[in-house]
Amino acid sequence: MSRSRKSDKASSAAITTIVSMRLYIAGSAPNSVQAIANLEAICRKHLKGIHKLEIVDILEHPLRAMADGVLVTPSLTKVLPLPVANVVGNLSDTSKVMLALGLKEKVE
Amino acid sequence: MNRMKKAIPQPLPKLATGIEGFDDLSRGGLPRNRTSLIIGGPGAGKTVFALQSLVNGIRRRQESGIFVAFEEASRQIIANGATFDWGLATLAKNKLFILDACLSPTAIQSGEFDLVGMLAMLKAKKQEIGAEWIVFDGIDVLLTLLRDPITEMQEIYRIRDWLADNALTAIITAKLDNGHTGDPHYGFMQFMADCVIRFERHLEHGVSTHRLGITKFRGSNFAAGEYPVSFGPSGIEVGATERTEITHAASTERISSGFERLDAMLGGGLFRGSSTLITGVPGTSKTTLAGKFAEAACQRGERTLFVSFDEGAEPIARNLSSVGIKLKPHIKSGLLRMYSARTETVSAEDHLLKIRALIREHQPRCMVIDPLTAIAKAGALGAARAVANRLIYMIKDEQVTVIITALNEGDDPQAESTDLQISSIADTWIHLSYVVRSGERNRALTIVKSRGTWHSNQVRELVLSATGLMLTDVYTAGGEVLMGTLRWEKEAEESARKTQRYAEFDHKRRELQFAEANTSAQIKALQMDLQRQRTALAMYSSDNNVRNVSSSDREKKLRKMRSADPATRVPGAEALHARHRIAPGPVKKGGNGAAK
Repeated sequence: MSRSRKSDKASSAAITTIVSMRLYIAGSAPNSVQAIANLEAICRKHLKGIHKLEIVDILEHPLRAMADGVLVTPSLTKVLPLPVANVVGNLSDTSKVMLALGLKEKVE
Repeated sequence: MNRMKKAIPQPLPKLATGIEGFDDLSRGGLPRNRTSLIIGGPGAGKTVFALQSLVNGIRRRQESGIFVAFEEASRQIIANGATFDWGLATLAKNKLFILDACLSPTAIQSGEFDLVGMLAMLKAKKQEIGAEWIVFDGIDVLLTLLRDPITEMQEIYRIRDWLADNALTAIITAKLDNGHTGDPHYGFMQFMADCVIRFERHLEHGVSTHRLGITKFRGSNFAAGEYPVSFGPSGIEVGATERTEITHAASTERISSGFERLDAMLGGGLFRGSSTLITGVPGTSKTTLAGKFAEAACQRGERTLFVSFDEGAEPIARNLSSVGIKLKPHIKSGLLRMYSARTETVSAEDHLLKIRALIREHQPRCMVIDPLTAIAKAGALGAARAVANRLIYMIKDEQVTVIITALNEGDDPQAESTDLQISSIADTWIHLSYVVRSGERNRALTIVKSRGTWHSNQVRELVLSATGLMLTDVYTAGGEVLMGTLRWEKEAEESARKTQRYAEFDHKRRELQFAEANTSAQIKALQMDLQRQRTALAMYSSDNNVRNVSSSDREKKLRKMRSADPATRVPGAEALHARHRIAPGPVKKGGNGAAK
């Protein structure tokens, strides 16, 4: 199963380039579930309307994931904008995810 | 290889690794559908062992396998594997799958991760290619990324369960840098594995040596202890000396050692497939004896391998030709293969491998190693001893008849044992020594032992000349063995005495013949004399009768004529008659009248 979620306000955002990401998870493994939650939170906060996220469940598409060079789960790949960046883990360290996605943390 | 003990009906199923020696140590290989852990320092041979087991399974049993490389990139693995003769690059892609599992150095880690996804991918791949084997190479690299000991343990558990569910024969390798105890996780990993193999590498006297030991094998008997590991053209080889049984065939065929007299001393020659040890101090012509054996083998048309250490093939052939042993034609014809090796800095293990490769390549029936003691030059003596033993066993396994020379170090010619302690394995042991007497050094040959055959207990002198080698009898005089000129003198003396005795005898015979001839001649002369005398006697007797008759007739006539005396005057007539009888001679001879 491949789920694609597009931001609600994708149409209004022509200001910045769209950030395209792929998140590889392994079913309902705790780290995977946590990664989805963490990433969605980051997107809500920092990438509203300017991101594309594909979630690939390795349990269902193992050979595709293998071809993509995925090793451990969860694993996030930023496909666009280039360069491609990889983050492994449940994405609990937000600052590192932001760094990988090329985002600056907003001061709360 | 699984030897059932008592009434245990189900031996642990195993998969042979095809690694020389290891399958003997482990009594059959690695546990099937179970996990084996290989631990050891960097460069100890873990990866080669794992990959080789996998490749052998693919090549020999058409199994397929997955190799998960955490440490090196797959192309590096293939490049390294290509240095062995496995044909790794050409192995069917659908039989061997190498997964690049090195995390990209640019990958950023954020929070915890797990192996759920990876194991799901591997399962899919396993089903796709029907894998029997799986190798996790360098799992420590992955585990260190987990950072947290509890997570590590959790993931190890995950792998264990996954392996059990998927019924894979698994090899997991892990680096272990600091000694044996390491950190607790390795202890934990050892617990989860059914078989644990430890690799070690260390320097011994400047030569790098690799060793391997099985420290655990659940549900199986195995050879405990450390065994030397070497890397040859076919990959890892384990110096397993603990073979469960020795299965050399025993031939009763005798082959010549090259010397008729030596064959005779050995009760008819060397047994086919036996090993003969020739010991001696330098210069006792060990090489010459070995060369003669090689030449004889070639003359029989048998493929022969001559391994020499620290002396080139050319000088050996030249030196041997000076005593009439011609090896060059056989080298040219390809029957004889000479191999000369340097011994410095080459470990005994490497020599063993090289010799094994040569045996497989040349397929000899006879072989010479001259001198085997040279392999102990570099590296530790203990290792060299083990190698020497294995070498001899290996040669015997190949049913090759071998002559091994060994140098006795030191000046004591009586010390017949060698540093390598191979004399107990050799079937026949010939010792060459110098006997120094009366300012001369002479070579003496003795057969110390020869298994399964009668052999001479005589010491023989070995004489080298341009025409060849000779074994001559030695003289014992006054309880001492005579050799060299002393023997020659004794021989000359003996021969002079013999000539003299013969001459004396001849003389006597002639004398006796003469005497015999003389006597028979005398007998003949006497017989002739006797004959003559007999004839004379016979003649005389008949003459006398005639005369007697005629004289009595004459008397009667005379009386008749006289008519004077009556016939009664017998006495007078008798007296006359008597007188005639008394002196017959002159009458018979007639005429001379000497008696009248």
